[in-house]
Amino acid sequence: MPDEVLLLAAIALPWIGACATGLLPTHARNAAAWIAGGTALAAFLLLWAFYPTVAAGGVARADFAWMPQLGLEFSVRLDGLAWVFAALVSGIGGLVVLYARYYMSREDPVPRFFTFLLAFMGAMTGMVLSGNLVQLAFFWELTSLFSFLLIGYWYHTPAARDGARMALTVTATGGLALFAGVLVLGHIVGGYDLDLVLSAGDRVREHPLYLVALVLILLGALTKSAQFPFHFWLPHAMAAPTPVSAYLHSATLVKAGIFLMIRLWPVLSGTDAWFWLVGSAGLTTLVVGAYIAIFQNDLKGLLAYSTISHLGLITLLIGLNSNLALVAAVFHTMNHATFKASLFMAAGIIDHETGTRDIRRLSGLNASMPFTTRLAVVAASAMAGVPLLNGFLSKEMFFAESLSATVPLEFLRGVLPAAAMLASGFSVAYSLRFIHGAFFGPPATDLPRQPHEPPGWMRLPVEILVLLCLFVGILPAATIGPYLHLAVRAVLGDATPEYSLAVWHGVNQPLVMSMIALAAGVGLYALLQRHFRRGMEGPPVLRHLKGQRIFERTVVFLSWRLARTLERLLGTRRLQPQLRLVAAVTLVAGAAPALLRGLGLAPPALAGLDPALGLVWLIGAACAVGAAWQAKFHRLAALILLGGAGLVTCITFVWFSAPDLALTQLLVEVVTTVLLLLGLRWLPKRLPDDGFDAAGPGLLPRLRRLRDLLLAVATGAGLAALAYAVMTRPLPDSISRHFLARAYTEGGGTNVVNVILVDFRGFDTMGEITVLAVVALAVFALLRRFRPAPDSIALPEQQRDQTAYDEAHPGRTVGDTVQDWLLVPGVIMRLLFPVIGVVAIYLLLRGHDLPGGGFVAGLTMSVAIILQYMAGGARWVEDHLRIHPLRWMGTGLLLAAGTGAAAIAFDRPFLTTYFAYETLPVIGKVPVASALLFDIGVYSLVLGATVLILIALAHQSLRSHRALPARLRPAAHAADSLAEAAVPGSAAALASPSSSSQAPSLAPSLATTGDPPRAGPGAAGAAPPARLPASLPENR
Amino acid sequence: MELLVALGIGVLGGSGAWLLFRPRTFQVIIGLSLLAYAVNLFIFGMGRLRSNAAPILAPGGTGSLAQHADPLPQALVLTAIVIGFATTALFLVVLLAARGLTGTDHVDGRERRR
Repeated sequence: MPDEVLLLAAIALPWIGACATGLLPTHARNAAAWIAGGTALAAFLLLWAFYPTVAAGGVARADFAWMPQLGLEFSVRLDGLAWVFAALVSGIGGLVVLYARYYMSREDPVPRFFTFLLAFMGAMTGMVLSGNLVQLAFFWELTSLFSFLLIGYWYHTPAARDGARMALTVTATGGLALFAGVLVLGHIVGGYDLDLVLSAGDRVREHPLYLVALVLILLGALTKSAQFPFHFWLPHAMAAPTPVSAYLHSATLVKAGIFLMIRLWPVLSGTDAWFWLVGSAGLTTLVVGAYIAIFQNDLKGLLAYSTISHLGLITLLIGLNSNLALVAAVFHTMNHATFKASLFMAAGIIDHETGTRDIRRLSGLNASMPFTTRLAVVAASAMAGVPLLNGFLSKEMFFAESLSATVPLEFLRGVLPAAAMLASGFSVAYSLRFIHGAFFGPPATDLPRQPHEPPGWMRLPVEILVLLCLFVGILPAATIGPYLHLAVRAVLGDATPEYSLAVWHGVNQPLVMSMIALAAGVGLYALLQRHFRRGMEGPPVLRHLKGQRIFERTVVFLSWRLARTLERLLGTRRLQPQLRLVAAVTLVAGAAPALLRGLGLAPPALAGLDPALGLVWLIGAACAVGAAWQAKFHRLAALILLGGAGLVTCITFVWFSAPDLALTQLLVEVVTTVLLLLGLRWLPKRLPDDGFDAAGPGLLPRLRRLRDLLLAVATGAGLAALAYAVMTRPLPDSISRHFLARAYTEGGGTNVVNVILVDFRGFDTMGEITVLAVVALAVFALLRRFRPAPDSIALPEQQRDQTAYDEAHPGRTVGDTVQDWLLVPGVIMRLLFPVIGVVAIYLLLRGHDLPGGGFVAGLTMSVAIILQYMAGGARWVEDHLRIHPLRWMGTGLLLAAGTGAAAIAFDRPFLTTYFAYETLPVIGKVPVASALLFDIGVYSLVLGATVLILIALAHQSLRSHRALPARLRPAAHAADSLAEAAVPGSAAALASPSSSSQAPSLAPSLATTGDPPRAGPGAAGAAPPARLPASLPENR
Repeated sequence: MELLVALGIGVLGGSGAWLLFRPRTFQVIIGLSLLAYAVNLFIFGMGRLRSNAAPILAPGGTGSLAQHADPLPQALVLTAIVIGFATTALFLVVLLAARGLTGTDHVDGRERRR
């Protein structure tokens, strides 16, 4: 296979595995483990395909177009350093998967765990294999994100949630800083490509922005690698399942910062700023972390602080600006990954088998789990730097470097070795505490579980890692040598120094320092026995310095107190001030340029003013002002006036050559009015004296209204001025020319507006009908749980009167009054159904060439259906017609999308149209364009959405009766009533009962059995009632 | 003519804005509808007002802005009208649900303390 495919596979494999495990059912833990393990193993083996290339000092590289406009490529770049880190990520990842399979409980949703783990592995692999810096920052943030999910895996515990949040806040903030730093670095270099950046070291270091880039990038690296003062998130991340800790805090997450510093070492290092920033962070972390680790009572807490300390050691080595120190840093990174992963796993085994990780409770586990004890002893000895183990070798190198480092200040020459020995002594002490505290001494008696050896498979990863510690420790040159060389040469190139990997260098200063540190550590541990027995939490002296508490206070301050204060001072939860503010700011923003530069208004010209249109607009203005005036106390009047304003708008469209708009506006006007009429029923009654003092509004409300009035007038005046200014200017050259020229020649239609909608901008229309569908579904969903206010539940007054009248007169049955209402118009409305239906289809078919089209036709058809509801009532209509708005919408969406997708089959872009004219008998020449199919889709969807919205609302009047007590339960047809605005006419017509004879018996049966109405000869063969009625009784 | 339509837009927009600042949800919904008319007319006016310009091409021909109405603002406004209906419906249902939940039709979901 070509290298490109393999390299892409190396990055993509974990992600594919993550998707696969993510799709597994919750309890498929074996399948998930197999997939995860297989993925990690495959990723590990895949790397070996490139070993010959990188071993020869080469770089495997593959570039894919990512954002070519920005000069960004997705580059996979595999050199020696990336190879070693990727091998650590996938190798230890595989061992962690095996371990986790036995560690995770049967109750945990294990596939989710492996999904996150693999995704994290993918993010890490992507990061180390990144060939450009932006891509690296991207994967860097992904590691933060997935570590958050992993740490918070047991999200039911507060500790996991807090720890995860803290880790995300700290590392993702660092990630943002890193991204900014990368952008600065890219600006300095002139590109983000890694090869380009790595070759521009001198230019970068001399650039005035060097310090900015350095600080930002280091913020990213040091937060990720938990360096002082950002170290505090790491111990809290121990709330994660132990396999996560073993993975994140040995080989991966925290090593990302180390990797970044090594990666950019050739570019950024070699300056005093680098030494001070990196070195001091490393030195402080090394000593403080080791000191705190001694006093941890939790096994994992101890390991967490020891991890912080070891990361400090590596950081310090990187900061020393010496090639040999870099070798030691890379070496220690590898060693730390092996022994720390095995120690975390051992801690997990103890936790798993005994039920506790508290060193004060644990004791003498050697008796019950001797094999695990041996493994842990070896790993901990490696951590302490005992000879013949890998930790010893890198620690020797560290001591040698601390002695020979070139430092900017003379006194540091003494400080460095002293600090190194001090921290080393501490590390011996905490390693001893780990081993002696847990495994030796008298067997513990009060453990939650009876300890015993773990399953063999669970121990296997630990065994492998511990063997590696031993092999590397005894035969370093033969085992780790080539790989170390590989990584170091990828960074240093020809400057790679001579170094010797051997167990015995003779008696020299570093060896003496090691021995002193070992002895001092043992002594310290012995001295501290009394302190440990007191069982105190936290280390002496530093107990009160809690980064975590500072972090929490900062978080609380920033995200709560500061935010609340600002909100209290500047914000409001009230809508009115917000809207006023929006209007005022818009006015100022709009007026400022007009005042500064002039609006260039043409002098108002009355010439050409048509008195007819003037009269129309006089009415329109009166309607608009009247609607604004009446909307509070006379809703129906306001609604009618609103309709008047809409009609005037409609006339204006006709007047100025826009028949399509006029048609649409007219129909929307109809459905909007019906919609709002249906809503009126559920609004509270409001009378002019309601809620106000008898004396009328006071001074303050009057002033408020005056202010609002001024603001509204200013808004209107601004709109008018702006509109006038624009409309009196000559038309600039726009894309319209293109549409007009090609509507027929390329779109096959003479109605340019329709061609734009279904062809040129078909994708926009597709989006718009999708929005329409979403809104209709949202309306439907909201109404399914609709609960009216208590005072709106009772029947409207008019209906009660009708019922009372019917009951009071012996010759009448309940419902007669309503039944007689608007009898003649009702019949006419029913007869109109086929007529309007034909008109709708006519409008649909001619839309491509004449005013009409899917939108208009859909609205027309919905009007036809609404008329039937008004004439016959909901029950009658649903007995006689198949009303399936959801299906219509689905069909419409599928048809529109399918038409678009069909173009792909002909190798054209999505939504390319085909057209021709065909001659049909009788009808004549009709356009046969695939756009017509698309338009039918639009039609179907608009019809479905409109009908769904309207009848979902209309049905509320039927539903609400179930909430009523029985004595108030109304007679049948009153149940069909829809709106309180039952002023004779609109609502009463909607409310009018069916003329079908069985109607009176339906409502009671609905009320008692909850069955949807399906009786009746009319319904027998025809329609299972629409889905909506079936949902009616769910008035939960 | 431009002056007339501009004034019309101003009156519609001003009335709509006034209603937006009112406390009752029904007022706001009427206000939004009025504002929508104003905005639609405004966008429509971007293509300039022309009476008697042909909106439909002659069959088989191409058109130019000299003879034909500008189709672009019309296409924009046409979908805007339909979407306007949808948002009105959504807003109406939200306000009904809010009224059911809070017992008031005040825009803030609770009556203002006085």
